[in-house]
Amino acid sequence: MIYYADLLVNGLALGCLYAMASVGLTLIYGLLRILHIAHAGVFTLGAMIGISLTNLTSSLVIGFTGAICLSMIAGCLMYRIFYERILREPPHVAVLISIGLLIVMEDSFRIIFGEEGITLHNNPFYLKTVDVAGIQLNVVFLALAAIAVITLTGLAYFVNGTRVGIAWRATVSKPLIATSFGVDVIKVRYLAFGIGSMLAAIAGVMVAVMNNLVEPSFGSVVSYKSLAIIVLGGLGNMNGALLASLCLGLAESFGTAFFDSYLDRNAIAALVLIVVLMARPSGFGRGTA
Amino acid sequence: MNAYVLGLLTLNSIMIIFALSLNVITGYCGQVSLGHAAFYGIGAYTSAMMAVAGVPFLATIPAAMVLSAIFGYFVGLTSLRVRHDFLAITTMACGFLFLGVVRKSTFLGGELGISSVPPSGLGSLGDTLLAVGSALVVIILSLYIQKNWTGLAFRAVESDEDAARTVAVNPPSYKLLAFCLGTALAGLAGALYVNYARFIVPDTFSFGTSIAVLAMITIGGIGSTFGVCAGAILLTLFPEVFRFLGNYRLLTYGSLLILVMMFIPKGLAGVPAILYRRSSSP
Repeated sequence: MIYYADLLVNGLALGCLYAMASVGLTLIYGLLRILHIAHAGVFTLGAMIGISLTNLTSSLVIGFTGAICLSMIAGCLMYRIFYERILREPPHVAVLISIGLLIVMEDSFRIIFGEEGITLHNNPFYLKTVDVAGIQLNVVFLALAAIAVITLTGLAYFVNGTRVGIAWRATVSKPLIATSFGVDVIKVRYLAFGIGSMLAAIAGVMVAVMNNLVEPSFGSVVSYKSLAIIVLGGLGNMNGALLASLCLGLAESFGTAFFDSYLDRNAIAALVLIVVLMARPSGFGRGTA
Repeated sequence: MNAYVLGLLTLNSIMIIFALSLNVITGYCGQVSLGHAAFYGIGAYTSAMMAVAGVPFLATIPAAMVLSAIFGYFVGLTSLRVRHDFLAITTMACGFLFLGVVRKSTFLGGELGISSVPPSGLGSLGDTLLAVGSALVVIILSLYIQKNWTGLAFRAVESDEDAARTVAVNPPSYKLLAFCLGTALAGLAGALYVNYARFIVPDTFSFGTSIAVLAMITIGGIGSTFGVCAGAILLTLFPEVFRFLGNYRLLTYGSLLILVMMFIPKGLAGVPAILYRRSSSP
């Protein structure tokens, strides 16, 4: 019984991590129809900066702030430099640019920080657990879940309740008409890249603190899976993506427990994706949110 | 000719076949696939398993092609259900599924793959001639399809499926045809690769390979046979030519991919048109 509860909690936490990492991807896809694979690079960038700054200043708060700010800038720059000029090209061009960016970022991390990656010099949270009803829970895991719930609720409020959020949704559904109502489409795009990169950076630092390690290929764990998530959720649909993240997290957690001798983690996620898409070709969600 | 040159010729021929096989699906028929390495892998594993069991190499080639095409048919069926980016991600998932199954299967050698595949018995020159000859046949086939009624139908499906229907082109059957043809050729490339490398590991057929082959056809110029050949040769020779970059090779590869896509998104096949426009307009 405890074993199943453990799997459930692990799955949910994994789902929260996926949600944080893939919300940005959903936002960007909804606006620009770009599969922003380099988002995984931003995730790693956040973690790398967070850990380095924390080591330098011995303050996790400064590490977090720095990681968030720099990742937001990096995300916006990626849009400005690489994506803006190829928006009219067929979609595979953007995919290849994005993959090229991910390769360049991962290889730069390898050259700058070394093959083995970096760790926190002094990590008070590493392997620290609390006991909840007989289940050992990692503190960082709990914090990650809490932060995911808080930020995503905040985002939902922002998108649904504020003027900027409404302008944003208007741009997603009808860009031309939104422009004629005075919405600055370019600003909305920067906002999507900024917020998406911020969430990815937060998730990146949290995972780095939890594992006490960031390797150059740190992001590949989430990169292709977050693509699967946004497709499962129905491309560009945020609620669908959240649901898909949780489903995929649970499927992986239970799947690796039961089918480990036939399929690896990625294959289980892939199988879930194929089965769901064949049953519902547009994913969990309908249309764009 | 020494063994190094023969090896390079063989590898280039294999990559040309592999790239042209994806070009049938993505270039002609417009169905973007991010999991093409799986079919290359199915061909390779079929050929390797049969060769290890004692079947002569030449007899394993048709089997590899047929088995790849059968799997290609089923993946092709998904393209009838999902389109565009959804299809790209679905094919990516098929690639990961293939990799996961192979990694965990003791029958297929697991992580260690299959080693000591017996030689084909054609000799090193014979092997090279076989690969180069197959590449030439595939190039001619590719050009033939491009000019043929089938190629026209593929292009109709690529540009507008609904419009294709109105001129009595049935998109599902042409998509399935493209998938079967493309995956069969990928199976051929896989079988030839086994004979070239003599051992295979799952990682050879990972997502990176699918991306590399997509990069070949895009850098070469999607849909253009000779452009794709040029792209395949360019990316195959890349590690050899840029050996001096050592540690920075992957970085250079990524940067080149970005630069080419940003500045010549139509690929090498689009370069003459750009030059012509520059020279004709003052």
